[in-house]
Amino acid sequence: MVPITTLHYLVVAACLFVLGVVGVLTRRNVVIILMSIELILNAVNLNLVAFSRLYGLHGQIFAIFVITDAAAEAAVGLGILIAFFRNKETVNVDEVDLLKW
Amino acid sequence: MFFLNYIWVIPLLPAFGAVMMFFFGRKLQKSTLSAVCVGAVVVAFLWSVAAFWQYTDYAHGTGKPFEKVLYTWLGTDTGHLSFPTRDGNPSEFRADAGFLLDPLSGIWLLFVTGVGMLIHIYSVGYMAHEGGYYRFFGYLNLFMFSMLTLILANNYALLFVGWEGVGLCSYLLIGFYFHRKSASDAANKAFIVNRIGDAGFLLGMFTIAWYLGSFRFTEVAQLARSGHFAIGDPVITAAALLLFVGATGKSAQLPLYIWLPDAMEGPTPVSALIHAATMVTAGVYMVARSNALFVLAPQAMKTVAIVGALTAIFAASIGLVQNDIKRVLAYSTVSQLGYMFLALGVGAFAAGVFHVFTHAFFKALLFLGAGSVIHAMSGEQDMRNMGDLHRRIPITHWTMFVATLAIAGIPPFAGFFSKDEILWQTWTSEHGAYIWLWVIGYGTALMTAFYMFRLMYLTFHGQPRMSHEVEHHIHESPKSMTGPLVVLALCAVTAGWLGWPHSLKGSDHFGAFLKPVFSKEAPVLAEEARPGQLAAGEREEEHTSGTEYLLMFLSVGAAVAGWGLAWHFYRHADKGYKEPIAATAPPVYNTLYNKWYVDEAYDYAFTGRRKAGPVRFGVLGLGEAMAWNDTHIIDGTVNAAGWLTRASGTLSSWWDKWIIDGLFVNGPAILARMLSYPTRLLQWGLVQWYALVMVIGLLGFVAYYAYR
Repeated sequence: MVPITTLHYLVVAACLFVLGVVGVLTRRNVVIILMSIELILNAVNLNLVAFSRLYGLHGQIFAIFVITDAAAEAAVGLGILIAFFRNKETVNVDEVDLLKW
Repeated sequence: MFFLNYIWVIPLLPAFGAVMMFFFGRKLQKSTLSAVCVGAVVVAFLWSVAAFWQYTDYAHGTGKPFEKVLYTWLGTDTGHLSFPTRDGNPSEFRADAGFLLDPLSGIWLLFVTGVGMLIHIYSVGYMAHEGGYYRFFGYLNLFMFSMLTLILANNYALLFVGWEGVGLCSYLLIGFYFHRKSASDAANKAFIVNRIGDAGFLLGMFTIAWYLGSFRFTEVAQLARSGHFAIGDPVITAAALLLFVGATGKSAQLPLYIWLPDAMEGPTPVSALIHAATMVTAGVYMVARSNALFVLAPQAMKTVAIVGALTAIFAASIGLVQNDIKRVLAYSTVSQLGYMFLALGVGAFAAGVFHVFTHAFFKALLFLGAGSVIHAMSGEQDMRNMGDLHRRIPITHWTMFVATLAIAGIPPFAGFFSKDEILWQTWTSEHGAYIWLWVIGYGTALMTAFYMFRLMYLTFHGQPRMSHEVEHHIHESPKSMTGPLVVLALCAVTAGWLGWPHSLKGSDHFGAFLKPVFSKEAPVLAEEARPGQLAAGEREEEHTSGTEYLLMFLSVGAAVAGWGLAWHFYRHADKGYKEPIAATAPPVYNTLYNKWYVDEAYDYAFTGRRKAGPVRFGVLGLGEAMAWNDTHIIDGTVNAAGWLTRASGTLSSWWDKWIIDGLFVNGPAILARMLSYPTRLLQWGLVQWYALVMVIGLLGFVAYYAYR
């Protein structure tokens, strides 16, 4: 049996982070991208909590802020998505190119 | 003193005639025209005689000049036209409309108006059937006005006015039959050649004014004789030579004599008046008037003498073989003018003037007689087609015979006294080289006698060589023509007696009368002890009379020898007569017949009418060179400038297109585009791309802080 150290938490958070980034970068569906962003944020939260065990409660407090922020952000993002869907009838991110040169 | 005080009326009388012709000539009757014009000259002659008579009273043999100034023509009284002379003294530029009568101009006045009057009367008969009657008399009167202005002027500027005027009238009258190209060409030639001489005259005149400070004859002579200038003064020598250039043009000496033979294209009275008696003597008058200057310039006088002698023999040689009766007389005029300049050049001014005087009578007579012959022969001028006229036109024959005796120098006719005087003065002048000039003069006298009697025999004796039609029309000329002939013949006989030399127990009235004009030089010359330059009368005592009688005998011998040769060769001239010179030496004959090819030489060298190989010299050559210059150099420069403008335009457009537009305008644009390519990539419009960039930036930060 290996003891569960902070490193393990960080690795998990990193994996989640990478998955999130890859999702943001590669997925076509905007909803999935938003979900990947949530994943990134949650990975950051895990990181914060893992370190709060070592360095005090600041990490956990910051994690609460991040969750709040994530929620607000998800709401705004979905709002933008719906506004965009009304205009263009699609959730394909490749077609969000009205500001293209 | 009335006529003397109003001496300025004399030139105005023929001027009035000319003006009348100009305005009313076309509308008047021939008789009115003749009356006005001939009358003007007759009155002028009578007035001149009266003025001369009163002058002799005024001068009492002292020869002091009578001057009458009418008004200031050029110049002011306020001193605004002063100019510095060579001494640095300011001198007033002034030329008056002034008239001067002294022995020299008095003699000229008399024979110009006298011979002019006779020729005007003659022209009434001669031109009776010609067109342009009023024009002829108008020009003739204009000529008399100009000539009288020339003679009576008291300063060089007014003399030059008359000088130019006679040149103009010569042009108008030579080209009287202007429908003929030969006549208008001859008129042009006369005027242009005269003009060349005039250029020299003007330069001489200005040199005199600058150096001596005045134009007036009296002041110039006074300054010249004051002893202020050294003998041989270079500026005065130059001025004298320049004046002589003018005389060369007007009086037909080498090298500017070429216009006189061609001037025979004009009507015969014109040839008589202008080219024998009056206009051509203007050069002699001018040199005689400037005698004070010439005496100060021995080099100039030597030149005058040599040119005169060479001209005399040159022209005489050409006259030996000419066939046109007027041409022979023209060359004879040139030759006799050479004698006159020879006389002036050796210092025998009075002898030169005496020869002018006698020559006027017998040459005018010869020309008028030739005109009478031409009139009788219905316009034929070639002596080869004449002959045996002496019985048919006796008055003409006898008067011309008298004139021929005079010109040949047979005593006691006029030419003998004047010509012999010249030859004697030449022999006894100081320079040894003048012996050669005497030889030349002697040879010329021989030739003169020969060609003049040749003219007489071919025209009046021998067998008739004319066509039958012409022969039927031969008639003596009307009284208006024969009258002047007779009067002139009388003058040709008696005029010489005025200068009967001391050696033949005469009292030489002519020389004595002229002495004051020329001998005031004696005080200047006495310092230099040059007796050869003294006036005519004083020389007699210097040399032995024996030589003089010998030379007199020799010159009469030359005249008789010439007569004899002509009598031998031409007495029986029939249809196929041979010229003796052509028979013995054809090349000599050809050269003389072609006038020594002088006109052709001038065509090569000066006018450029003939090309010498590929090159054209002379005035036309200059024209060609200028044209070449204009076409190739000037137009070439213009074309080059144009080409340059176009090339610079092309360059500018290239510059504009590639450098300005390309480099400076488009360049930054291209640069901006090139630089913006990567920058543009930041705005693909692909959201995920933006996210990727953010991630890369994040990784960069992390790497930076991790590996710091």
